[in-house]
Amino acid sequence: MSLLRFITCGSVDDGKSTLIGRLLYESKMIFEDQLAALERDSKKVGTRGNEIDYALLLDGLQAEREQGITIDVAYRFFSTDRRKFIVADTPGHEQYTRNMVTGASTADLAIILIDARKGVLVQTRRHSYLVSLLGIRRVVLAINKLDLVGYAPEVFARIEADYRAFAAQIGLPDIVCIPISAVHGDNIIEPRGNTPWYQGPMLMEHLETVPVDDDLQAQPFRMPVQWVNRPNLDFRGFAGTIVSGSLHQGDLIKTQSGHESRVLRIVTADGDLQKANVNQAITITLADEIDISRGDLLVASDSKIAIADQFEAMIVWMSAEPMLRGRSYLMKIGYKTINVTVSPLKYKVNINTLEHLAADKLELNEIGACELELDQAIAFEPYTVNRDLGGFILIDRMTNDTIGAGQLIFALRRSQNVHWQEVDVNRHVRAKNKNQKPCVIWFTGLSGAGKSTIANLVEKKLHLQGKHTYLLDGDNIRHGLNKDLGFTAEDRVENVRRVAEVAALMADAGLIVLVSFISPFRSERRMARSLLPKDEFIEVFIDVPLNIAEARDPKGLYKKARNGELKNFTGIDSPYERPEAAEVVIIDTDTLEEAAERIIKVSQHTENLHGKAQSSSKH
Amino acid sequence: MHLSHLQRLEAESIHIFREVVAEVEKPVMLYSIGKDSSVMLHLAKKAFYPAPPPFPLLHVDTTWKFRDMYAMRTQMAAEMGMELLVHVNPEAQAAGINPFDHGSAVHTNVWKTQGLIQALDKFRFDAAFGGARRDEEKSRAKERVFSFRSAQHRWDPKNQRPELWRLYNTRKHLGESIRVFPLSNWTELDVWQYIYQENIPIVPLYFTKIRPVVVREGGLIMVDDERMPLKPGEIPMQKKVRFRTLGCYPLTAAIESEATTLSEIIQEMQLTTTSERQGRMIDNDSSGSMEKKKQEGYF
Repeated sequence: MSLLRFITCGSVDDGKSTLIGRLLYESKMIFEDQLAALERDSKKVGTRGNEIDYALLLDGLQAEREQGITIDVAYRFFSTDRRKFIVADTPGHEQYTRNMVTGASTADLAIILIDARKGVLVQTRRHSYLVSLLGIRRVVLAINKLDLVGYAPEVFARIEADYRAFAAQIGLPDIVCIPISAVHGDNIIEPRGNTPWYQGPMLMEHLETVPVDDDLQAQPFRMPVQWVNRPNLDFRGFAGTIVSGSLHQGDLIKTQSGHESRVLRIVTADGDLQKANVNQAITITLADEIDISRGDLLVASDSKIAIADQFEAMIVWMSAEPMLRGRSYLMKIGYKTINVTVSPLKYKVNINTLEHLAADKLELNEIGACELELDQAIAFEPYTVNRDLGGFILIDRMTNDTIGAGQLIFALRRSQNVHWQEVDVNRHVRAKNKNQKPCVIWFTGLSGAGKSTIANLVEKKLHLQGKHTYLLDGDNIRHGLNKDLGFTAEDRVENVRRVAEVAALMADAGLIVLVSFISPFRSERRMARSLLPKDEFIEVFIDVPLNIAEARDPKGLYKKARNGELKNFTGIDSPYERPEAAEVVIIDTDTLEEAAERIIKVSQHTENLHGKAQSSSKH
Repeated sequence: MHLSHLQRLEAESIHIFREVVAEVEKPVMLYSIGKDSSVMLHLAKKAFYPAPPPFPLLHVDTTWKFRDMYAMRTQMAAEMGMELLVHVNPEAQAAGINPFDHGSAVHTNVWKTQGLIQALDKFRFDAAFGGARRDEEKSRAKERVFSFRSAQHRWDPKNQRPELWRLYNTRKHLGESIRVFPLSNWTELDVWQYIYQENIPIVPLYFTKIRPVVVREGGLIMVDDERMPLKPGEIPMQKKVRFRTLGCYPLTAAIESEATTLSEIIQEMQLTTTSERQGRMIDNDSSGSMEKKKQEGYF
């Protein structure tokens, strides 16, 4: 039996408590004595006349029951034959944003409730934004109170369309819309006959079968050391919870300071394990004596660790005392507690309209982006890659209260002590799906050298092998993305910069990208290279002398340039800086076929290229 | 590849245990001898293995527990190799506080709540593990895993620290303490399934046996020793009963049951129509009674 944690988002009026009460009731989690107390309370303070007010079941603290609101995060539990569920039940009003963020921090899925009579409201947008901010990928849009609109399919269809349009804007990928009536039980467990036009899953069925995220399992092994176990001189174990990947006995691991060792044992009270998976709490021993203490990160030896001390971060403020720039707080991230100073606040987010607003402080329940300076460098991953390695809380030194929560977005480049090596595991997952090694093959050379012709043939051959490719051609890009650019040195730099960024994005998406651009300047090619991991940038220099290119002149451009009709033409009145260490050099005596084959071979075996690919020293 | 729900819960509890030991000066585990305590003890053993759990056990004794529970207490402490501290409130003892003459509310407050506070102050523990679960009762559903207590041991439900991800803020001022609940996300059924899966020893009172009982306030109360006052001419009935939850025997109602094995208990659990705390006579005073008791320092 697996475990699904989810959060319900909605306001009192959306029927959130009724829905949870209904789920508990339908899964037989409400006992007779509780039902008796509920009936008693419903008559006393209920809002549904003599009917059972499920909401009363949930509002645990007496103050809440008297005021009829849910102030805090409450956790509910129910299970079916297939799954155990933990529900974070949080209030929906804007002034309880911090509670919702707390509940969402551990959720795998969110149910966003909409009142069918009202459609997508400001609060729906707010809840959805928070869900997306906290990195919850799976969303159920429960369009509730359908009984009150006569179970009209067009109401459901309109709300679904509205919502999907909005969700696309904020990047919520996986949405299932279900028409329900929590009060009457429509489409919770079974259809009940009121919505014959609805063919999708029942709510409970969906919750029982939605895949529990296994993205983390596919990532490289990572475990922050929580506690060093030294019961005697003969045993030195490192205890922690695996936050991504898996670990086998005998695996090579390394620490953030670069020390390597082999895993001798994975120790548990039930005997040693051969293998441990993500989310398991384990104790390991190592073959070598390495200095490791609480808070250090252990990773698979063949993976990279990013270490930095300055970050851009998103912060949710949870204290009545505002967050101010220049102020210093304690930051707990993983098992480390360190000093952090808030440098400029970049903006705060209007969580209803998603607008970015200028700000110099964050008030209670506000969300904003700022720069953080830590007093020591830490090993980290962006929050979007790993919640445990990129999520943190801020603590007030005087009161010891938790006053904010945040996410590391990226390390700032000026960050000192940066051994910044991009670790973006998602790209590998995506590439794995495509069964290929993504890369950028960057063709550079004079106009007329044959870049486009060769690139075209390379792409055709890769395509025949079933690879997913895309060719970015200089001329074509200048018709669209870069049509605002001319041929001055500044515009050429910008031209290459944009293309390089686009190529890096495409490679990140798992594609093999071919870029055919004159790209005359070394610094821009170096910049393009710096956007990609070491083995994923293949510079192909089509080394054709100027006189041969000019003799070919397929587009008649050299002629125009010589006649002064074209200014800043590379090779004529604008320089071409030859690559110093291209991975592949094609010369004019190579046949087309030979050239294409060589490029493909090199691009698929880049691990052997380290020696040659040293030209850029960006890491 | 995926962890089962019990593996996930186990890992979360182990994480909580380790976090307390890593960050707090003088932790203790409250050991109440019941099934939840047994599970906690088992998890603590796993968290620190091969080292023994680096904290003592504390039993706040009311002198009114079942005899079987006292036997279990002696046995477990010996098996675990852990120090067992037993605190008996001397004032309650001197005053002879008992549930019959003083009522359940006074009995519980003096023996358990005041007794616990005395013990924490006496040994200067700054964190105490407790076996409470969020599914037990409504106000528990909102309790944090790390629940802060003022120097006067009071709980302020309106001023709780947010808990995000796996991050727990354990910082506190001198004199303040933390109650830590590693079983927060476990349900009663999870506890039983885990006891079954891990073969964890529990007090025999959870299994059905013919036991002498009398009816008090609608509940079946076991006559566990001679201190139980019987009405004139009353003869205890011999009934097949067991307990879903254990506390002071005069305040703990039995249920009629045929379950003599763990799998039968689990089966019965899945069919039951009443909640676990129904057997606790101390919770029924009023709907908000647990919240009140907790504010005063009760676990």
